[in-house]
This record gives sequence, structure tokens and C-alpha cells, in this order.
Amino acid sequence: MSEIADKVKKIVVEHLGVEESKVTPEASFIDDLGADSLDTVELVMAFEEAFNVEIPEDAAEKIATVKDAIDYIEKQKAA
Amino acid sequence: MLQSAGANSGRRRVVVTGMGMVGPLGLGVENVWSRLIAGESGIGRITHFDPSDLPAQVAGQVPEGPTSEGKLTLSDWVSVKDQRKMDRFIHMGLVAATEAVEDSGWKPQTEEEKCATGVMIGSGIGGLQTIYDASITVHEGRAKRLSPFFIPSALINLVSGHVSIKYGFQGPNHSVVTACATGVHAIGDAARLIMFGDADVMVAGGAEATVCPLGIAGFCSARALSTGFNATPEKASRPWDKDRDGFVMGEGSGVVVLEEYEHAKARGAKIYAEIVGYGMSGDAYHITAPAEGHYGAFRAMRSALKSAGVTPADIGYVNAHGTSTMADDLELEAVERLFGDDARTLAMSSTKSATGHLLGAAGAIEAIFCMLAIRDNVAPPTLNLDNPSRESVIDRVAHTAQQRQINVALSNSFGFGGTNASLVVRGV
Repeated sequence: MSEIADKVKKIVVEHLGVEESKVTPEASFIDDLGADSLDTVELVMAFEEAFNVEIPEDAAEKIATVKDAIDYIEKQKAA
Repeated sequence: MLQSAGANSGRRRVVVTGMGMVGPLGLGVENVWSRLIAGESGIGRITHFDPSDLPAQVAGQVPEGPTSEGKLTLSDWVSVKDQRKMDRFIHMGLVAATEAVEDSGWKPQTEEEKCATGVMIGSGIGGLQTIYDASITVHEGRAKRLSPFFIPSALINLVSGHVSIKYGFQGPNHSVVTACATGVHAIGDAARLIMFGDADVMVAGGAEATVCPLGIAGFCSARALSTGFNATPEKASRPWDKDRDGFVMGEGSGVVVLEEYEHAKARGAKIYAEIVGYGMSGDAYHITAPAEGHYGAFRAMRSALKSAGVTPADIGYVNAHGTSTMADDLELEAVERLFGDDARTLAMSSTKSATGHLLGAAGAIEAIFCMLAIRDNVAPPTLNLDNPSRESVIDRVAHTAQQRQINVALSNSFGFGGTNASLVVRGV
């Protein structure tokens, strides 16, 4: 797993208070990890802070799973 | 012998079937009560932050440690994930409300029962530390990084909100904000909701957590806090004593479960006491100081006695507002005026001498102390009352608790803005 994926996973575990094993790439923040809409706002902010990236609102709305987040951040970092 | 007639007749009776408390004397109603009766103090040097820059350096803080030792381990009560979404005053309220609801044994099953169960837990100030932290974030130009939980973490009515969500209580969801009178207003108003049929059960009380730099500095600037006992914290809260020099801030929460009497009886609930009287008034005088003679307090107490249908002779114990400020003697004078000759047999103490002043939670924990005073026939002591600044025929229970016959008790709370509230409780 990439460094970015590791860090994303850690942030999700910390913010949503879920077990690490549940944070699979396919896991949906809302459907599988018990997040509500405010939790996802906070998560995106935590990603922005941790990776020093800007995630605009329209992009944030499309980040539904752990993989979505990893992919988006990796793309930003590669750019 | 007292009857429930008089001003009570015809209205739904409201009793207390559950109690919860967390504060400077620890976690849990029975634990706090036994420490209070033993004359212990919950006041110490401030440890939540370094108070060295401030004139007031003592407070009543909730002791942290194992639940089994009567101390607070927050994660036993609120999940770590949820803790970050709430200011500490909400943590306090949730802890006390959980104890109270579980103590009452009330678990509404049907939709109708859930809709007849409401919550009214207030706070004097709300999420002050949360507002402070968020202000810094904005000041640093990081407004876009402000937590989406900032507003719901700071809002006063969110204690009521969280309690309703936790238990599915879908009845009236309300909150009181009347500074240091909040706790009494919440219990009194919630009782009236039951009397009027808006609910059968109400979870009511107050929560506060302002032992933070902004809270202490703010009350320091208002010249309200004790500053002369930083080296001897346990001596700092000394209601009516001639050396008192301001109140000592405390944090915590008190919550009761109020229930319509027949409802409680029908389910075989244990009943601590009945809320029989409630009186309110406004000083219309000054934002922080009571007027000479404290006629506002006098009218609140008189009105509470009238609504209870009792006379001063019936009252065995008064839990005074008694904050350890100059206003203590004005309250004393108002009580003497109201009680007349009956003042001679009265016991009145200020438990703030042991707990500090829990602001919006004070009235709630003190109402609970009144009910336990009735249950155990014990008047809790006023610590540090070495030399009263004003003599009185009223026994202020200096230093040690007293065994006394107490059938009816009165609790006073007065707040900034000139708001006064008194509650009368009676054994059932």
C-alpha cells in the first residue's frame, strides 16, 4: 500500500473511530463506516490539512469511498 | 402534616424518579453526597490550564480517574469519536443525564411514550472553550479549516439534543439560559411542562464547563472570583464568612428525571421527592449586582412557597445561592425577612463552599442536594464559615453536617441580569 493510502487510512480510523480492518479501499464513508454528512466534511478537511492539497467542494462530493480519497489525493500529488 | 392540597390542588403532580451528577466532588450522586456530608472540598488549584497569569488560580474541577473510584473516565460515557464533536459542557451534561435516566429505570417503548418524554437541560454559558479555539483558527486565517462541528459543539441546547438522540426521547426538547439560575429554571420549567400535559417525563438540569482561560479571565475582570486563597484552595469558597472575597468557579452537571406522579407510581418507580413549588422574579436593577435588601430573591422565594401551598414553618432546610460574595448577606437578609420567627428553627447552608459555583449547573446539583437532605434528614455543611460577617438566628450549618428533621426544602439560584429562581421540594 502506498504511503498516501496508509495515511488516509489512519485519518479515517482516527476521525470516524472505526477499526482499521474495516477501512478497506471499497468501504463507503457513509454506508460502511458510519459517517454522517458533517463527518465527511471534517474528513475532507483533515485530508486537505494532512496532504497540503485543496479539495474543492464539487470534487469532495464525489469522494464516497476510501479508494476515491486515495485516488484523488494521488492524482493531485502527481500533478 | 402537609397535604398536597392548597395551591397544588387539581394540577398534575411531578416527582423526581432519577438523579445524576458529576462535579468537583466526583462522579455519581451517592458518591458526591457522601463526600459533601463528610465535609470534603472539591476545590483545588486549576490544572485544566496554567492559571499563573490570572489573579484567580483555584476552581472546582471534575476529578479524573476510574469510575469505580467515583471519578470521571470520559470514554466510559462518551465515545472518543463523539467527544470531538462536543464541548466539555456537553460531556458533563451527557454523563449526568445518563446516570439520571438509568437511575430512573424509564425506558419508553412505544411511540407514544417516547413522544411524552422530553429533555430540558440548560447551561449558563455553553461551549466557551470551543468558541475560544475556533476564534484562534479564524484569527490565524484558517477559517476554511474550521470544524463542521464547531457550531453544534458550542450551542447550549445541544445537551438536550444529544440526550434525546441517545435515548430516543421525542417529547419537548428545550433549553434554559439564565446564567447562574439556569439549573433551577430548567427543573421548574420542565416540571410545569409535565403539569400542563406537554410531557409525562422530562429529563431536566444544567451543565457547565467554563474552567478555561476565557471563563476564568472573564469572571476575574468582573471582579467576581476569589483571588486571595490561591495557596489554600480549599479555603477559597467561604459563604457568609467575613474573609470571603469572591466565588470559586466549578464545573459539572446535575440532571433529574421528572415524572408525573401517577405515571411513576404505575410503573413502580422509586420516588425521591416531589417538586411542589417554583417561583421566579427579576430584579430590574443591575446587570451583576442584587439590590439592597434583595427583594428579588424575597419575591422568588415567596412565590415558590405560595405555589407549593406551604408556609415558612414547613421548610426545614434552605440551600442558599450563597456564592461567597458580598451578596451572601443580602440573601440572608431576604430569607430572614420571609421566614420571620420561623427563621429560628431553620437550617440554611451553601454547598458551594465545597463544590464551588457550577453556574448553570449549580441550581440542578443543589436541588438534588435538597432532595437528599429530605431523604436522609441531613443538612449538608457550609465549609469555611469561621466568622460570619453578619450575625443571624438562622443556623448556617457551619463546618459539619447536621441531623435534622427535613420534610420540605427550598433551593435558591440567582443569576446575572437580575434573574431569581426558587424551587420547593418535598418528601413523598
